[in-house]
Amino acid sequence: MESQLLQKTTDLDLLRLAKTGDFSAFQQLVEVLQPKVYGLAFRILRQAQDAEDATQQAFLALVEHIEDFREESSVASWVMKIASNHALKILRKKRGLSVVSMSDWSSGDSYQDMPHPEFIAPWSEPPDKIAQRAEVQQEIDKALLELDEKYRLVFILRDVEGLSVRETAEAMELTESTVKVRLLRARLALRERLTRKFGDSAQAMLPDHKHS
Amino acid sequence: MTCEELLKALNEYVDGVQLTEICEEFSEHLAGCNPCQVVVDNIRQTISLYRAGKPYELPQGFQERLQSTLQARWEEKFGGRDGQSVNSHSGNGTWSTE
Repeated sequence: MESQLLQKTTDLDLLRLAKTGDFSAFQQLVEVLQPKVYGLAFRILRQAQDAEDATQQAFLALVEHIEDFREESSVASWVMKIASNHALKILRKKRGLSVVSMSDWSSGDSYQDMPHPEFIAPWSEPPDKIAQRAEVQQEIDKALLELDEKYRLVFILRDVEGLSVRETAEAMELTESTVKVRLLRARLALRERLTRKFGDSAQAMLPDHKHS
Repeated sequence: MTCEELLKALNEYVDGVQLTEICEEFSEHLAGCNPCQVVVDNIRQTISLYRAGKPYELPQGFQERLQSTLQARWEEKFGGRDGQSVNSHSGNGTWSTE
């Protein structure tokens, strides 16, 4: 029993306490998740005030729906899903209804004319090392921003924030197969761009074979 | 494998979700195809690089603003159910995590 008491309080412990009306447990949960939620909102919205609004709305929704958590996923992934919905809602509102609904674009949503890898080379350093260099954050942010938004959003939700393909599809109101195609396009484009930057050109190789 | 099959398999393979038949075939292909193996590594490195970034700095005063908004909503919802932790707050805009 004693060793159980000494265990670190998890998100799930905090959420269970919060469900009973314990505000200080809820405060702690918010404190743990706030940087992650804000990060997701900022990546999607690119603007501090909007990201703050989305974060606040997501946590307000959490107060509202706290009893609905069924423990079918981790607390963090449930909250990230709520946060994506709110960030995307703000994005849609900003874009205006007349401009785009995110399922509207169809070109690029098939495997047809998928760009093939051109510059292929092993990276000269591991990613966690590269990430420590001062200028890198700006460079990778720029690469992401140059992607078409429909690919960027899928990459952010699925690969950066770690939502599942299904959760990404639900948040963006797309089919799972469309998410997969867009994800592949995003991954290939970013791979090409970043490998030109971080690849070791001395070891570059040619995509010298055709796959039937 | 056709190019299309190969590209579709690439996604699944990078995610390592389930080793479908096509992934196994891709796996075999990779063993004999260095450029494809490097492309897979590059994609995984690209994802890791984005994940390794530092968290964005929170706007000044955000913590406090968020706190007081949430507390107000919490009190509306739970009211007297947990009077102790909600009502003991002095309302000076800070919140304690102790």
